[in-house]
Amino acid sequence: MKSQAKQRTEMPVLDALQVLIDHCTDWIVVTNQSSSRSWPKLVRRPLDLHYNPSTMGGAVSLALGLAIAQPQRRVLCVSGDGALLMNLGSLVTVVTCAPENLVVCVLDNEMYEVTGGQQLPAPRKKPLDYSALAKGVGFEFPMEFNDLADWQKMSKHFLSHAGPTFLTLTVGPTPIEYLKSPTPPMSEMLPQFRAALET
Amino acid sequence: MFTGPEFAATLSELRFTHVVWVPDTTIGPWEEAIEATDGLQLIRVCREGEAWPLAAGLHLGGKQPLVVMQTTGLYESGDALRNVIYDLHLPLFALIGVRNWLVADSKDSARRFAEPLVHAWQLNAVWLNTPEDKPKFYAHVRACREQQIAGVAMLAEGAP
Repeated sequence: MKSQAKQRTEMPVLDALQVLIDHCTDWIVVTNQSSSRSWPKLVRRPLDLHYNPSTMGGAVSLALGLAIAQPQRRVLCVSGDGALLMNLGSLVTVVTCAPENLVVCVLDNEMYEVTGGQQLPAPRKKPLDYSALAKGVGFEFPMEFNDLADWQKMSKHFLSHAGPTFLTLTVGPTPIEYLKSPTPPMSEMLPQFRAALET
Repeated sequence: MFTGPEFAATLSELRFTHVVWVPDTTIGPWEEAIEATDGLQLIRVCREGEAWPLAAGLHLGGKQPLVVMQTTGLYESGDALRNVIYDLHLPLFALIGVRNWLVADSKDSARRFAEPLVHAWQLNAVWLNTPEDKPKFYAHVRACREQQIAGVAMLAEGAP
């Protein structure tokens, strides 16, 4: 649990994502917002769907639909915190549908990153506790990591759990060269993605 | 217009696999029939903006979802609709209940903006105004599927 008294500690976002990349090798991966820029600069796989252009907040819902439709595959949704706040009800829908193959990961960087780092509509002095939110809507064992060594150590165990599971990664800002990296065009991604689903 | 069993049977015949919805007073009573239909799963979302990307994920994953909501939800979820239909080019189909459409002297702004919004979003729409129009739903779904384009059926409703 977060403590208001403690100073925020955070992981380098690219290192935190790399742990997911190393583990989720054959997963369906839905990214959005800043992760839809940085993830494809780190790795490109046919089952990656970098949801940009998107409807902000829609990534969790899109990933839920995929998880329901493809129960034999693991599905990871990497959401920005601002995007998730636009669609908190989607967490309720996830828990109700209860897909065991879905992991929802929020990158908690306390800002709207792709628009330049503006503050979220969240109290500056009292960081949002996404794990508590997730627990409140019914995720059984939401986990939160803000230390890279802990995350690297625990990732395999956490990601092997039957879901739906909820993960908060407290991260720093995305390096600008990654943030400005273009997302692969949807016109290229979707045919590859559909073909990969058929294999 | 439709009874629940009648609508559920139509969805079954059209091989829809999921109904993603926020119900209204006209559509809500179909819930039991939809849930009782083999091969059809009802997914309740918290707000209409969830429905479109969720249906998009189902469609990409190989399923055949139907999005169901009222006009107010259509207005609320405009950006999500825009994204999945025009950015992702997914041929999703929706049934939209048009609140107060059958109340000619209604002052309901939800009624007033229904037709302009359908035009504004350039939706490929068919209107179900009377029971005689019911076959248009089936025909429009089939036509949209053949052309691989998105479509909507606008269901005329009375007062809530």
